[in-house]
Amino acid sequence: MEKTYEEINEKIRKGKAVVLTAEQVSEMARTMSPKEILNKVDVVTTATFGAMCSSGAILNFGHATPPIRMERIELNGVPVSGGLAAVDTFVGATDCNPQKPEYGGAHIIQDLIDGKSVVLEAWGKGTDCYPRTHIKTNISLETMNEAILSNPRNAYQNYNVAVNSSDRIRYTYMGTLLPNYKNASYSSAGELSPLLNDPECRTIGLGTRIFLAGAQGYVTYNGTQFNTSKPLNKYGVPMGGSRTIAVAGEMREMNSRFLRGAYFEKYGVTMYVGIGVPIPILDEDMAARVSIRNEQIETYIEDYGNDFKLIGTTNYAALRSGEIELNGHKIHTAPLSSLARAREIADILKGWIEKGEFLLTEPTRPMPVSRSIKSLEENL
Amino acid sequence: MVKRIVLNFPAESTQKPVIYDIVKKFDVVTNILKANVKGDQGGRMVVELEADADKIKEAIRYIKGCGIEVSSLGSKIIWNRDLCTDCGTCTSSCLSGALTIQAPDWKLKFNPDKCVACKLCLKACPLKLFSMDVFG
Repeated sequence: MEKTYEEINEKIRKGKAVVLTAEQVSEMARTMSPKEILNKVDVVTTATFGAMCSSGAILNFGHATPPIRMERIELNGVPVSGGLAAVDTFVGATDCNPQKPEYGGAHIIQDLIDGKSVVLEAWGKGTDCYPRTHIKTNISLETMNEAILSNPRNAYQNYNVAVNSSDRIRYTYMGTLLPNYKNASYSSAGELSPLLNDPECRTIGLGTRIFLAGAQGYVTYNGTQFNTSKPLNKYGVPMGGSRTIAVAGEMREMNSRFLRGAYFEKYGVTMYVGIGVPIPILDEDMAARVSIRNEQIETYIEDYGNDFKLIGTTNYAALRSGEIELNGHKIHTAPLSSLARAREIADILKGWIEKGEFLLTEPTRPMPVSRSIKSLEENL
Repeated sequence: MVKRIVLNFPAESTQKPVIYDIVKKFDVVTNILKANVKGDQGGRMVVELEADADKIKEAIRYIKGCGIEVSSLGSKIIWNRDLCTDCGTCTSSCLSGALTIQAPDWKLKFNPDKCVACKLCLKACPLKLFSMDVFG
């Protein structure tokens, strides 16, 4: 028995769809076959709440009188893009003022979502059509035309574990790594993680409706650094960071419980983003995919104290136990992403679908099937 | 029992060998976890005491009698739980095991009795939700 998107949506409209979280279905799979799961379950909700540096917001401020072509723009003193027409900008999550590195683009985005005012200051050279050369005023989500969260690379499919073999502390985007293998940090939500439940992106594509920071958002494209070339383990899980998604959504509908500006010591600003993706159980293959368990999801251990060398492999059941063993070292493990909040997102999305407030979307274009990533060659 | 305390030395109380005294007089096992005391200025010290509850009580009364202010270490730590997202990043740096996150609920737990005031969590928390006023 196979199901179509339309059949599943019809059940959702009637309030009859059976929806489980990815953790619930993984537990169920200990005693049920994929065929039985296909018969019983219509949708599985997946989620993650982690640091996603490649995020940002498209804002349109509206025109002042007289108008200005904003060529240099600051928001709360943080320089943001002046390269988008006269009154548009892109606030990158990692934008910051080097004099004050702990507050950046991600914090501006959070402040706006929290309903706060932000100081906009902009300069232009003055043109015949945009005569003004300077403006300084308060803006907020209420005063702007558009405010669209637009993230180029989120929800990495799997990610490496970071350790540090050197004799000094390393401050990284994987957190503070203590010397001599004193700790190991990992970031994926494991069996709850969206792209690990649909490893080949059979159901996640352009146009897929998702939970994005409290709002209903969309997958807009394959994310940057989309990579299908990583080796698969025997359960079909890509080892290390692989596929990614680009996402967008309306900031006015978001909630900072699911989006936070953050600062990693001596690294810089980043943004925690909450994403939930519904996976339709179309056939036995999808039922088997969503049944994946933490012990089956493996990833590489990288040494951030020694040129990011791959020095071992582990799995998420071991990582969640609080300690992994590597070359005779017992290493204390810690997460970077919030499993508690990811579970909350998976439950909210489950509730939306059960109540018929959220219908599934068939991708308007699938993700690329064969894609590797390039390094930057220096050729001058 | 084991108790961690903060000793706040005024300059005039730095000449008394209080740690030696509490070992000799009350048979308290002491472990100095952190100290920043200057003879002419005073300063603070974090000490772990291990003995029967009564002996610890007497030792603390003696220290106070020497003009040294004593406070419990836990009272110096502020964790903004309301804004915490339970990401767990801080637990990576907390080698004393005061900050933990684990199954089944994966919510951050903080046990002030285990904290040694190393302050690594202040830097490790990406949301800057810890503040600690042990050494100012």
